Amino acid sequence: MAFDSDRLADVLEPILKRYRRDPSLLVQILRETQDVLSYLPPAALTYIAAKLDLPRARVEGVAGFYSFFYVEPVGQYRILFSDNIIDRMLGSVELMDRLCNKLWLERGKVSEDGLVSVDTTSCTGMGDQGPALLVNGRAITHMSAERIDRMCELIRAQVPLADWPPEYFLVEDNIRRRDVLLAGDWPVGESIRAAIARGPEAVLAEMKLSNLRGRGGAGFTTAIKWESARVAPCHGDNPMRYIVCNADEGEPGTFKDRVLLSSYADLLFDGMTVAGFTIGATQGLVYLRGEYRYLLPALLANIEGRRRTGLLGQAVCGQQGFDFDIEIHLGAGAYVCGEETSLIESLEGKRGVPRVRPPFPVRCGYLNQPTVVNNVETLCKAALIAQQGGAWYASLGTKQSTGTKLLSISGDVENPGIYEYPFGVSITQVLNDCGAGNAQAVQIGGASGICLAMHEFSKHIAFEDVPTAGAFMVFGAHRDMFEVARNFAHFFAHESCGFCTPCRVGTSLVANCMDKIANGLGSQYEISEIFKIHRLLNAASHCGLGQMACNPLFDTLNKFRPAYERRLRSLDFEPAFDLDRALASARQMTGRDDPAAHLDSAPGVLP
Amino acid sequence: MSVVLEKKKLRLATTSLAGCFGCHMSLLDIDERLFDLLELIDFDRSPLTDIKQCGPCDIGLIEGGVCNAENVLVLREFRKNCKVLIAIGACAVNGGLPAQRNHLNLGQCLQEVYLTGEGVVNGQVPNDPELPLPLDKVHPLDEIVRIDYFIPGCPPSGDAIWKFLTDLLEGRTPRLGHPLLHFD
Amino acid sequence: MKQLTFLLDGMPVPFEDGQTIMDAAMAADIFIPHLCHHPEFKPQGSCKLCTVKASGRHVSSCTMQARDGMEVENNTPDLNDKRRTMLQMLFVEGNHFCPSCEKSGNCMLQALAYELEMLTPHFDQFYPDRPVDASHPDVLLDFNRCILCELCVRASRDVDGKSVFALSGRGITKHLIVNAESGRLADTDFSLLDRAAHVCPVGVILEKRRGFAVPIGQRLYDEKPIGQQMDSLATRTAKVEVPR
Repeated sequence: MAFDSDRLADVLEPILKRYRRDPSLLVQILRETQDVLSYLPPAALTYIAAKLDLPRARVEGVAGFYSFFYVEPVGQYRILFSDNIIDRMLGSVELMDRLCNKLWLERGKVSEDGLVSVDTTSCTGMGDQGPALLVNGRAITHMSAERIDRMCELIRAQVPLADWPPEYFLVEDNIRRRDVLLAGDWPVGESIRAAIARGPEAVLAEMKLSNLRGRGGAGFTTAIKWESARVAPCHGDNPMRYIVCNADEGEPGTFKDRVLLSSYADLLFDGMTVAGFTIGATQGLVYLRGEYRYLLPALLANIEGRRRTGLLGQAVCGQQGFDFDIEIHLGAGAYVCGEETSLIESLEGKRGVPRVRPPFPVRCGYLNQPTVVNNVETLCKAALIAQQGGAWYASLGTKQSTGTKLLSISGDVENPGIYEYPFGVSITQVLNDCGAGNAQAVQIGGASGICLAMHEFSKHIAFEDVPTAGAFMVFGAHRDMFEVARNFAHFFAHESCGFCTPCRVGTSLVANCMDKIANGLGSQYEISEIFKIHRLLNAASHCGLGQMACNPLFDTLNKFRPAYERRLRSLDFEPAFDLDRALASARQMTGRDDPAAHLDSAPGVLP
Repeated sequence: MSVVLEKKKLRLATTSLAGCFGCHMSLLDIDERLFDLLELIDFDRSPLTDIKQCGPCDIGLIEGGVCNAENVLVLREFRKNCKVLIAIGACAVNGGLPAQRNHLNLGQCLQEVYLTGEGVVNGQVPNDPELPLPLDKVHPLDEIVRIDYFIPGCPPSGDAIWKFLTDLLEGRTPRLGHPLLHFD
Repeated sequence: MKQLTFLLDGMPVPFEDGQTIMDAAMAADIFIPHLCHHPEFKPQGSCKLCTVKASGRHVSSCTMQARDGMEVENNTPDLNDKRRTMLQMLFVEGNHFCPSCEKSGNCMLQALAYELEMLTPHFDQFYPDRPVDASHPDVLLDFNRCILCELCVRASRDVDGKSVFALSGRGITKHLIVNAESGRLADTDFSLLDRAAHVCPVGVILEKRRGFAVPIGQRLYDEKPIGQQMDSLATRTAKVEVPR
């Protein structure tokens, strides 16, 4: 379809105007452009580049980075199955096959009539109600054969998504265990008023007393982060400080921020405002992962409401001199943008590549200004502390890990969902509470976390013992831990930003190793290779993604070695491919099928 | 028990798979050092002898990558019979020139060359059972069997081969260094 | 004012405040392997060949600021092992066929592989299908050899003011693109006179009609390996002059 310049202008001018022709908003501009045109035609990229005064190659490079940006048509209906191991355990692979068969589709290819395409995507954060998928960016949960069949009818009849059965799009909170945060009653704006009453220095003091540590996985002491940003000098013509809420929640198996964003948005926005007040920021930004786009309308409505009632805008809660507003930016399918400097790059309209650190965002962050990047849960907790004080908070949990932690539990458990515990809870207790039955392994902290075997279940959730941002995936005795690790290996290969050599190539190499073993062609050789690549990535990678990418392989090799070994073909080296199949093309072209036209597996090797 | 390195004559086999024999020419570039070599080794299967099948050997020296079924069978014969396998030359080490076809589709190539190409009349893809069938991709030796040592070069010089072999035969881990180590 | 120094493999190396470990080492004629680093451009820290161990942690020496008294390990077997593995990764990622490459003998990737005694690429080759762009009248682009060092990106943007080159894709699909809707170099404002035309450390950006101009034996890394060429590394100029 040719895009003439008039049509492009009609579509793009309103979008460019809405985003103030600001090149730093390129990611949002591309997203909205794709919403209208259903993909990003080359002519559109040229037009946008010209209007934003950016090199075209730069715009193309951004479009080419994010999984959810398409530079070729992907059909009227773009269906992406969440492909975390938990979704697979719930039957996502069979359902995807069913859908492709019924629609006469090859996975990844657009149908001949341009109507639909089906593919997989990284964990969409619905492990407690999967298998899940995205249709044109909207989340559908509890997929089943019936829903697949009905979807085919809807697609063939080209029913607009807005008219699909509303129950498909229901996302439940599934809160199973409430503790101080989830059980508490937190009136809107109360935290802000409390903070204003205390004053910024006193709030900071309470934050220090609380010993709150970041809930996004890194566990950095929040008070130190806030204080550093508070005292760091601003730069340039537009000196400002920023509060950024990291709502990218891309770690497989993590969905606790989803629930906070859905049902505790007030606490989050209060927390952001409190943070802004404390460090002297006037602008808050929420980076919301694209997979949670369905939450956007409610979040925007909440913010609008706050502007009307004086909780945002000039003189927040009547406090002269304290202006604060919040904007929401959507991600576009890139796990690496959960890393705080990649996130900032994405906010600035660029490819989500982690920056060289130091300097850290508190000194030089968004637009090179002092920026605090905090996780959703961290900001909610900060709001509580502003109200109840730091000493109260420090009385919960353990000495080094104060307060509570939200866990998102999924997998082979009776009651998947959200569980809030004080830090220090044992894994055994958590397993009992969620109805885990006979678990053989728990993956804590997502794909980049740690895999614990049964003899380690007495450990505790805490920064000093088993740290986690919240993902808690349970694997029953009947699961194949090799396939769990393989799923994670492919995840990292797909999500690597590609900046540094070890991660870019290494993650693909280990994914290939795992595939080779899965195809029955592996040997001890592959196991040595995986260990070697793990050591290199752990040492030389540019960011945490590469450093942690081989963790699941390392853990499962150490603790579930037989799951690998029973798939090994031999103890000696084997080729990575089927030699007989490598002759198939030549057999076909020559029409030969005599014995010499075939190759066996190596003699002396088990079939 | 003797602490002197045992001096026994070793058996050395050589072959060229999907190679141009340039590495064998380079081996012969050791010139009169060939006589010294013959004090240390006996040749088994090799273009220099007329032995057709590889018997039990200490060292196998293979040039050329793997591009068809016959290459695979010969390589396996060498792996089975030789204690130590050395891949010599760019083709054996990384696929080399023949591997430059790997980004193309074999079926399409055969189609164009033998059936639909310009000037082809009554085309037919040769299918005599004696012709080894090509693999869909050309592979370096170490993607098919375990390889113990590698001598890169296109070809490696006679001096490089001599240095490598003497290191190996005298019990040292072979090292090439500048300027013997090169990939072109 | 006491001279600031750090220890590099046990030897004291002087530095000025604000210098990176790499800058100080180069000034002291000490070789740290590198590919994406170039003294003329802002350090990038992507190739990771320059990884050293500073105060017990692995860091990129090209972006890490030197600190007084810091202890840095560089030329150790473990670090060289890791560097060799990364070179192998680069060799299997692209199509690096040295025997027919115009850059052979003047190529930093190849020279580093020799320096670190890489005898085999070791990993299974990816054999990617990458294009060759011969559209421009004066310059050939052979993407098979691209190592994603972004020197051309930086030179075109920061020196030539043109932004001819950029990167697209993510992960293993990351690749170099040019600033034209057609994707062809001829449709950009690229010129042979650009700085970006002469910064490629490998054989991607090649001047047409000038292949194999220097005989084997007289090429940049024939006489001395890259580890002994600190002067040429530190003062890399736009064009290697060739007697006509």
